[in-house]
Amino acid sequence: MWKDLKTGLIAIVAMTVFLGLAYPLAITGISQVVFPSKANGSKVSLNGKVVGSSLIGQEFKGKAYFHSRPSATEYSGDVTFFGNAAPNSPEAREEVREYMKAYLQLEKPYDKALTSEGVPVDAVTQSASGVDPEISQANAWIQAHRIAAVRHLSLTKVDELISDHTDGRFLGVLGEPGVDVLELNIALDKEAPIR
Amino acid sequence: MFQGWVQIAIYIAVLVALVKPVGIYMARVFSNQRVFLSPVVGPIERLTYKVLRVKPEAEGQDWKAYARSVIVFSLFSWLALYLILRTQGIQPFNPQGFHSGPWDLSFNTASSFVTNTNWQYYGGETTLTYFTQMAGLTVQNFISAGVGIVVVIALIRGIVARSGREIGNFWQDLVRTLLYILLPISIIGALFLVSQGVIQNLGDSSVIHTLTGGQQILAQGPVASQEAIKELGTNGGGFFNVNSAYPFENSSGLTNFFEMLLILVIPAGLTYTYGRMVGSQRQGWAIFSAMFVLFVAGVAVVYIAEQHGTPAQHAAGLHTHAFSGSTGGNMEGKDQRFGIAGTSLWTAITTVTSCGAVNGALESLTGLGQLVPFSNLSLSEVVFGGVGTGLYSMLLYVILAVFIGGLMVGRTPEYLGKKIQAREIKLVSLGVLVTPLVVLLSSGLASATRLGTRSIYAGINPQGFSETLYAYLSQANNNGSALAGYTGFIQPNAPGNVGAYGISFADLLGGGVMVIARLLPILFVLAVAGALAGKKVSPAGLGTMRTDNPTFVILLIGVVILVGALTFFPALLLGPVVQSLTTRLF
Repeated sequence: MWKDLKTGLIAIVAMTVFLGLAYPLAITGISQVVFPSKANGSKVSLNGKVVGSSLIGQEFKGKAYFHSRPSATEYSGDVTFFGNAAPNSPEAREEVREYMKAYLQLEKPYDKALTSEGVPVDAVTQSASGVDPEISQANAWIQAHRIAAVRHLSLTKVDELISDHTDGRFLGVLGEPGVDVLELNIALDKEAPIR
Repeated sequence: MFQGWVQIAIYIAVLVALVKPVGIYMARVFSNQRVFLSPVVGPIERLTYKVLRVKPEAEGQDWKAYARSVIVFSLFSWLALYLILRTQGIQPFNPQGFHSGPWDLSFNTASSFVTNTNWQYYGGETTLTYFTQMAGLTVQNFISAGVGIVVVIALIRGIVARSGREIGNFWQDLVRTLLYILLPISIIGALFLVSQGVIQNLGDSSVIHTLTGGQQILAQGPVASQEAIKELGTNGGGFFNVNSAYPFENSSGLTNFFEMLLILVIPAGLTYTYGRMVGSQRQGWAIFSAMFVLFVAGVAVVYIAEQHGTPAQHAAGLHTHAFSGSTGGNMEGKDQRFGIAGTSLWTAITTVTSCGAVNGALESLTGLGQLVPFSNLSLSEVVFGGVGTGLYSMLLYVILAVFIGGLMVGRTPEYLGKKIQAREIKLVSLGVLVTPLVVLLSSGLASATRLGTRSIYAGINPQGFSETLYAYLSQANNNGSALAGYTGFIQPNAPGNVGAYGISFADLLGGGVMVIARLLPILFVLAVAGALAGKKVSPAGLGTMRTDNPTFVILLIGVVILVGALTFFPALLLGPVVQSLTTRLF
């Protein structure tokens, strides 16, 4: 028994030092040398100024930008939580209704053919992370009509920018394709700055 | 949906391909044979024994000595973690200047990580220092996983041993598990994750001026080193509150796939290790097959259910069918890069195992989708289960199935040539029943009293009941996933712990449940190992019931479902089943 107590005490101290400090600090050291940009959050810049992370979504308002998905946390990057809307709850129904109304109101004037049946699911539901960096391609193609009109670009040009900033499936198989909204909006500001 | 099924099929194919090589490697490690890492790890291993002052070859343990080591070490682990959680104010690696959390929450968290549950009432990025995340949680991620693995190895040795009472040496088994299996894979895994965008730094949160002139604060930290072992050790406690949904923990379809492999590779590989150690690969594959069938069934149900969408969405007029450029389905609480398939597969994987990491909101799954995690937990985490814990729990069911099968054909039940007698069956029954009993008592208490209902988010309705039942199912089965509305911690001024307080009832009951439902089964399992060790092996005859053919696999699946279903069916009816049978809103 005494021997167990002694061994246990030494073991927890030794393992805390080895697994809790040596291991993570070594990984940090290697990462900072080999993958400095990724290890520090994949930051992206416009005109030499950091404007965000390509992995963390931002909230966009107004007509001149592509909009990200609805978020329970208003795109907080330091306090995260789930929206927790329940499958059979009236509140969830109201929430989706509101999001749909707002989406149609914003996009329909530019995309005349758009009906409630054509609204992509990702556009009117809250993401898991609260900072989903991506929207679906269908969602981006609809918003493209508005962007083309407001930024005085051809629809073809906007669609081209969309496909430039679409992350496909890995090897064509794993994951779902998504359009990185922040990167796309940065590209828009470079291509056709708002005057 | 075709694309989704392809992804699921590829995952399953890769997993099955890994079972044999990983299983052989682990069998060599636990038979103390040389492996390719020996030249590098060997010297570190010998140094560790010196530091710990153990002489493994000279100190074989019987089951009681082995159990004593497990308990003493778990106790020290608990004390160390509680101490770390309560001294945050004076720690290094604390750029945000966080204070300690409240005592009741810390009780829950310490119990949670020491038992490999990783249930989280707190949010990591708003309450914990980098020191706590590394020296507290990351360490327990390794250790609690290691303890699970060594216990099943001890049980296997007991099943095999033909003479003597020794079932190995706990310290040696633990050190070898950590140095030869968990640490090397974690190092490679962590570096790969960083290369894909999972962060790994010690800097303060960075303040960003966004494209449209707003401000966004991005939490930072040593995430990848914790993420790798969090998945590999089927721990599941996220660095961030939204766990593996957060892009800094899980950045793409590829990392999602990789992390899912880390979760299942050891639990699946151990079935092969088992076959090798008992000298019959067919025995290992039989157990693998039973697990595999139950796993695949769960994946299919949750994927189909999620692709359908929820009653609330349909009532709002949303069309949830797929069309060009959109996955369709229930995207509430899911991120675009994983989609419906990636989140559904993840949900099944992390609830058949006791991992409990989430990459989407379980609370926002459809009723039928929720029923899958519920059912997986109701089967006491024997479908692959946690690293080690899953196989030892399944072996209890195997012995139970042998016993029931033996009664049906009217012969003395035998498993691998050893007679299963009154003592073994008593211990097995206790081991099988203790967790369900704890779940029913605790969730009943929490549902029936105001003390418990305070923690509910969804209200007094089927979803609210589901939250409560799931909370105790998850904690008792050491899983750790949650219908995350359920809470035991209030934090008015996040981030930081200023003014934060715990809901003592939920914290203490949950903490107690996790510890009891972890340690009691371990004791019963080790006692079974002790009872079987040294038993005479009688040669298999014509009348011996075989335990390596499809008939036995079906019997085993039947026993697992029967115990789980009989125990939890009434409770499940009140929660997820109601919601999956109706399109009404409430």
